[in-house]
Amino acid sequence: MEIGAQLPERTFRVTRADLIRYAGASGDFNPIHWSDRIATTVGLPGVIGHGMLTMALAGEALAAWLGDTTRIVEYGVTFTNPVLVPDDDAGAEVVIAGQVKRQTDEGLFQVDLTATAAGQKVLGQARALVRG
Amino acid sequence: MPQERKYPPVGPYLVGREKIREFADAIGATDAAHRDLAEAKARGFPDLVAPPTFPIVVTLASGMQVFEDPELGLDFSRVVHGNQRFRYVRPVFAGDKLTGHCILEGVISRGGSDFVSTRTEVTDHGGELVLTAWAKLVVRGEG
Repeated sequence: MEIGAQLPERTFRVTRADLIRYAGASGDFNPIHWSDRIATTVGLPGVIGHGMLTMALAGEALAAWLGDTTRIVEYGVTFTNPVLVPDDDAGAEVVIAGQVKRQTDEGLFQVDLTATAAGQKVLGQARALVRG
Repeated sequence: MPQERKYPPVGPYLVGREKIREFADAIGATDAAHRDLAEAKARGFPDLVAPPTFPIVVTLASGMQVFEDPELGLDFSRVVHGNQRFRYVRPVFAGDKLTGHCILEGVISRGGSDFVSTRTEVTDHGGELVLTAWAKLVVRGEG
């Protein structure tokens, strides 16, 4: 694995149907991810995607690039902005990019990931440690 | 809140093949080891491999205890996810019986919001550590 190598940029489309599917798969039924009425009641502009879904999409971009998901030893993110998912067929687009930054003392490679939606950074400090 | 608070273990959660496939579909995960048993075994795994963020299914359940703790009185409906991190000792496989041990590391109140830090240790049926998950959850103030 080369320091400085870049992941190919990936764009994931997220629709309301995807949020419903993720809610069922993960068990996170927080209504801010499916009800505009409740999302606006708690001060959000509308339904937002699960942060964990965004984290999973960035993780998938990395895993697909690695070719083996089990090479990921550590993976963490900060959720910096919500992904607004409108109630239409287009949904939201989440763009993932990444770069190999350095090799750690334990011989793992640090890969920094970015995720943007509607031009805003939706993940911060998104970082994985992977086996070479 | 100066000291850590340990909550009772939650589990065991039996990781099913169809649940792994369902989760992989929901996140668009493409590694064949999530779906194809022959492929997973050919690569030396005992069964289907769960995607990296799959353990949230287990840690969410044990972490809910923090929000049901009457001594803390946190409002789950105002929670947003601040950050999340996983460190894996090994991957999660179908057939694993996982138990989540949630530890509240601290609550900090700032600007009307509460910042709740948790650590969840996930063990298998033999009591061996499989992974550790850290989460920060923000209970947003009404202002």
